[in-house]
Amino acid sequence: MTQQFYVSPEQLMKDRADFARKGIGRGRSVVVMACRDGIALVAENPSPSLHKLGEIYDRIAFAAVGKYNEFESLRQAGVRYADVRGYSYAREDVTARGLASVYAQSLGAVFTAESKPFEVELVVAEVGETPAGDHLYRLTFDGSIADETGMVVIGGAADSVVGALRGRWTKDLAFPEAIRAAVVSLQNDGAAGQPAHPLTSAVLEVAVLDREPGTTRGSRRAFRRISATEVDAMLAEGGRA
Amino acid sequence: MIPEDAAALVSRAASTSFAEYLGRDHPGLLPSNRSTGTLAPVHGTAAGLAPHATTIVSMTFSGGVLMAGDRRATMGNIIASRHIEKVFPGDLFSVLGIAGSAGIGLDLTRLFQVELEHYEKIEGTRMSLDGKANRLASMVRQNLPMALQGLAVVPLLAGFDTERREGRLFSFDVTGGRYEEQEHHSVGSGSVFARGALKKLWKPNLDEARAIQVAVESLYDAADDDSATGGPDVVRQLWPVIYTVNSAGARRVAERELEAAALGIIERRSVAGREA
Repeated sequence: MTQQFYVSPEQLMKDRADFARKGIGRGRSVVVMACRDGIALVAENPSPSLHKLGEIYDRIAFAAVGKYNEFESLRQAGVRYADVRGYSYAREDVTARGLASVYAQSLGAVFTAESKPFEVELVVAEVGETPAGDHLYRLTFDGSIADETGMVVIGGAADSVVGALRGRWTKDLAFPEAIRAAVVSLQNDGAAGQPAHPLTSAVLEVAVLDREPGTTRGSRRAFRRISATEVDAMLAEGGRA
Repeated sequence: MIPEDAAALVSRAASTSFAEYLGRDHPGLLPSNRSTGTLAPVHGTAAGLAPHATTIVSMTFSGGVLMAGDRRATMGNIIASRHIEKVFPGDLFSVLGIAGSAGIGLDLTRLFQVELEHYEKIEGTRMSLDGKANRLASMVRQNLPMALQGLAVVPLLAGFDTERREGRLFSFDVTGGRYEEQEHHSVGSGSVFARGALKKLWKPNLDEARAIQVAVESLYDAADDDSATGGPDVVRQLWPVIYTVNSAGARRVAERELEAAALGIIERRSVAGREA
């Protein structure tokens, strides 16, 4: 009979966390920022169809980095949660807080109980009627949940992107300015000491949560993807100014 | 090691239907499972127990489709509601109208709306118009036991087919039959009279404004002869609900356009002074 070696719980958790961090660190960063017009989500993503940003419900969006199959299954589960909740109660009873807390439970359970933790980091964003009503929740692989204000960056080189973004972000930005600031900051997303790499609309995935979708588009769904041509126009505008 | 049921995930992913997910994980939330046990109809049918929604008309016009419904719900000889709305947007490119048992119809509509939005969010693309018609047909089919007790719902689906670039109409029967209709169609208690009016008023390639007038007039004719269909109510300022769908999406026709159309018909008919 084989004897199992004793591994202390501290060591076990540390090994799992290191494993998850290594997986997440390979991915490019995602910026989610609240501003005057709503919430802007910007990701570096060369694929036009495998999205890192997604719509969950009327005023709630999802952003993720890490392993695609893992965060995609979490996104779909989130859409199901929100749709069942909205269908059986009412549309306004679906909140980012509720969704973030079920994500935290599920990530926490996988982290401790399954053979390998999820190598993902998520943001659940909800746009309010006023900037004070915006909610940004950041969820990590072990189920920790953080309530962020203003902006949040997830991914491998998040710290350097946050550093670059800090000087450019204010809560009074309009969408084009906010998206430009996010793109410029994402260019610093390399290993330490590497020069900034230029980003074009071909490798960018951009989406927004409109603050007032009812008046601007006549829809209650705030989530909108920004097309590559629109992104080009926004970036070119900044180049001229 | 690959878990034994890893491949089964693929076949399970073939359906991204919200209704099927509910049936699997929350069966109590499906409209067809809401009833507890079999209904025991008093005097043979349960039809008189709940409000009944009446006439819906729908027609194609140049570049799109239109759907209109009157505002009356009845319970036997009683007017249960003068304000009820029976035409709803399904998603950006489709609208549906319901005739029959109102409560079940409203539930069905809500489920259908979530079904379309759910598909769109999970898949990242919109469901095809044929797909929408098939999903609605299967939901109607699930209501068959209730229909046999007298609580039938018959929807009408109209949408803009973004592939073929044209408006299309679908009608349904309680067994889940799905039929594509040409030119125009109507359902509900006043549908016979509305259909008669449409046969004379509808022309190929109507423009949108004219199609709205035709819809209001056919509902007027239905209300004239069917006691369960409500006509334009000048006293309460109630007009039919009309949605149009074209390549730009579904739009609810504004109250003042409907008021103008309804008052125009009343004026023309008053001047004509015909009795029958």
